[in-house]
Amino acid sequence: MLPQNLQTDQFTGYPAESKKLAIANLAVFRQLPLSFLPSLLREVIEYDFKFPAERTAIDKELAKLGSLSPAQITEWFHPFSLLSLSSKLEHLDWINRPGQFVEQESAYLWTTHQLDSFRQAATVYGDRLLSALSVEPLPVRRLGIAVIGQDVASYDGPLFRNLRAHGTYFRQVKPDNGFELLLDAVEARAKSHPIPYGHWYVEGGQASRQNPVLTSICYKALEPVRATLLQYMQTEIARPGMGPEELRSKLARLLPTDLGMDKVGDPVLDRFQIKLFTEGSGTQIFSTTFAQWTTREALRRAQPLTLLVRFAPRQRQKPMNELLSSTSENPEVDLAGSLVDADMAAYYHWINQQRLPGSEQSSFLVWFEGHNQALVISPSLPRGVQSDSAMDLKALLSLATS
Amino acid sequence: MGPSFRGAFTTQVSKTGTLNPQEIARRLGHTRRDFLRDAAGMAMGTALMGASPFVRAAGAAKKRKVIVITFGGGARDQETFAPEGQINIPYMLGELIPQSSFFTQVTNHGILGHYVATASLATGVYETLNNFSAVPPEHPTIFEYFRKDLRRPISDAWVVAPSNGFNRIGESECRSYGPGLGARVVLPKHLLSAANSGSNAGYEHLLHDNYETPLYAPQIGGGEFELQQLDTILKLSVDDFMAHARTLSSPDELSVYIAKRLMRQESPSLLWLTMHDIDVAHSGAYSLYVDAIRRTDRLCAELWKAIQEEPEYAGNTTLLILPDFGRDADQDSGGNGFQHHRTGDPASRTTWMMALGAGVRPGVVYDNPVQSIDLVPSIGAIMGFSATQSQGKPIKELL
Repeated sequence: MLPQNLQTDQFTGYPAESKKLAIANLAVFRQLPLSFLPSLLREVIEYDFKFPAERTAIDKELAKLGSLSPAQITEWFHPFSLLSLSSKLEHLDWINRPGQFVEQESAYLWTTHQLDSFRQAATVYGDRLLSALSVEPLPVRRLGIAVIGQDVASYDGPLFRNLRAHGTYFRQVKPDNGFELLLDAVEARAKSHPIPYGHWYVEGGQASRQNPVLTSICYKALEPVRATLLQYMQTEIARPGMGPEELRSKLARLLPTDLGMDKVGDPVLDRFQIKLFTEGSGTQIFSTTFAQWTTREALRRAQPLTLLVRFAPRQRQKPMNELLSSTSENPEVDLAGSLVDADMAAYYHWINQQRLPGSEQSSFLVWFEGHNQALVISPSLPRGVQSDSAMDLKALLSLATS
Repeated sequence: MGPSFRGAFTTQVSKTGTLNPQEIARRLGHTRRDFLRDAAGMAMGTALMGASPFVRAAGAAKKRKVIVITFGGGARDQETFAPEGQINIPYMLGELIPQSSFFTQVTNHGILGHYVATASLATGVYETLNNFSAVPPEHPTIFEYFRKDLRRPISDAWVVAPSNGFNRIGESECRSYGPGLGARVVLPKHLLSAANSGSNAGYEHLLHDNYETPLYAPQIGGGEFELQQLDTILKLSVDDFMAHARTLSSPDELSVYIAKRLMRQESPSLLWLTMHDIDVAHSGAYSLYVDAIRRTDRLCAELWKAIQEEPEYAGNTTLLILPDFGRDADQDSGGNGFQHHRTGDPASRTTWMMALGAGVRPGVVYDNPVQSIDLVPSIGAIMGFSATQSQGKPIKELL
């Protein structure tokens, strides 16, 4: 099966919105090479469960492709057309299982030493698309906040090393009531700029409080889902012939209801949360990894205007079998290790934020919870300097966003 | 290894994205070179080309021994050779690098999975086997070339490897080589499991396996064969082995202990040790990744010290240390930084190699690009066997 042979009735298995979108763009799909199209369909088939920012991106991409002449399409996708795929790949059901196709295509490209060519083609395409699409101004400057080091009494090592060159390091921060002040400010932003999935609170431990104006993801609250998933994994691993690739494919097919999530929940957010566990690596066992990956995926997919993440202590390292089967409610934690994990995660938070539109105006704040060290990156603040100004978190945040 | 397609182009391209891969790889290599030149006062290799120290040492060729240390899950520059990472590699900086020839730009153009990449290192061909299957390499391994060409007994080539899949790395399925001509493979975790009658109680910290797929945790096997290895080859009683294992903190420590025991009891001329602790990075915990780098740094120095202390090895052994590949760069939007090696970006494909000991020019940095598949023909040139099916080339700076 090749793209030029696509017919409308082949999309009957797609969810409602996805099907409508696919059929409306069938003429474009038919012109795209097989090495490319399934990766686009992988996005389209999930359209019903995408965040608004993702839907907009897909709409724009399809509109742009639809505006190209056949000659332009040929020219744009020439590097992809040069990639050779196997007949086995052609015979896969890439229309209904584009994700599985992309996985197998990836393995094939690695094996046949074509991955670098694909990578180059993808980068050129991405650059071209970005330069061709309009970017709407943001209603408010993007803000990222990372709170790290919960429960760490003291730490002598340097913090924020990767970020210091980009911002101002504050070492006289007044920590009193710090997290509450930050959460108050984030909630206020959400009320002032009410945008669906526009303001997030990611909690690596126990949530401080719930506020419906924020999109909240909480590691502790997802404990039943995580436990069900770990149990599922244990069962699957014990099956004869089960290997890591098959396990991954099985996990990718899990739905929120398979893991006991409420059927009346937010279907978009539920799917997102399931994917954090089934597609993330280490998110099932370490809360620091969960918080980092959630932050990364939220930024990449939902492109929020505000994202506050608080890291909590992760459990101490143990053998993987034991971590997967652990049912202890109070596992031993690694406080210092969690701080180091979160410090690096804060750097990745900022990097991922800077990949989004409006990066030149965005702000970022990272605070060592309960202590007097913080760092702020803002267009209005100098870089690579330190400050002894004494201020609380509210004032610091105000400085970051002014 | 894994799909990361649209991630590479659905977000804004990073600044390094404007450089071509060759340029980024060259810069990575130059970073290491500049640092080494400044920190260790090492000379640039191009100024030193001349008669080979291996030629000068030809008289000792009969006794020549080679030990290779690879580690699965490369450590990136920013955690090692860049200024901010130097704190993690005090032994390499202080003890090993001043004595070594250092190659700053070793690229791996193959599949970036640990078993398949290690198999490629061992055959000198970019193998395409399934990374997660216990299958032999398609092409002859270095052990087969070595044993067939030099007519060496099986006791002269050993592999100490970390995990389940690696038990087939000792010999290929190539018809003209293959069965009976490869290396013996010892899997220390299997030894431990067998010695402990499979209960593993109290030794779980030494049995980490398969970090590359942290979701998948296979059972560690081990039985009569492993117990035989323990008794007849390593000359270790179960009690002694278990008592020592109790003092160790990681699987790589166990591997180094076994390697040293092999050196003492069997004195193989070709010993290949694959370490794996660093790959804990796949769990996403940065602190565990950095801890593992520090441990690996210490273990490399410990093995080098053991080489100096063993009469069979002192003075006639060449030690080669190299990661199988790198890890993804922080700036690559298709990856998640240190956690994986999935993007195929220059940082994940570019690493380094250190050569120490017999026949090696100490304190020299070479920044010309070499490939990881050049390792086998280079060792062949050093030891006197021909890696006929290898696709790599002997590294002239080692000849």
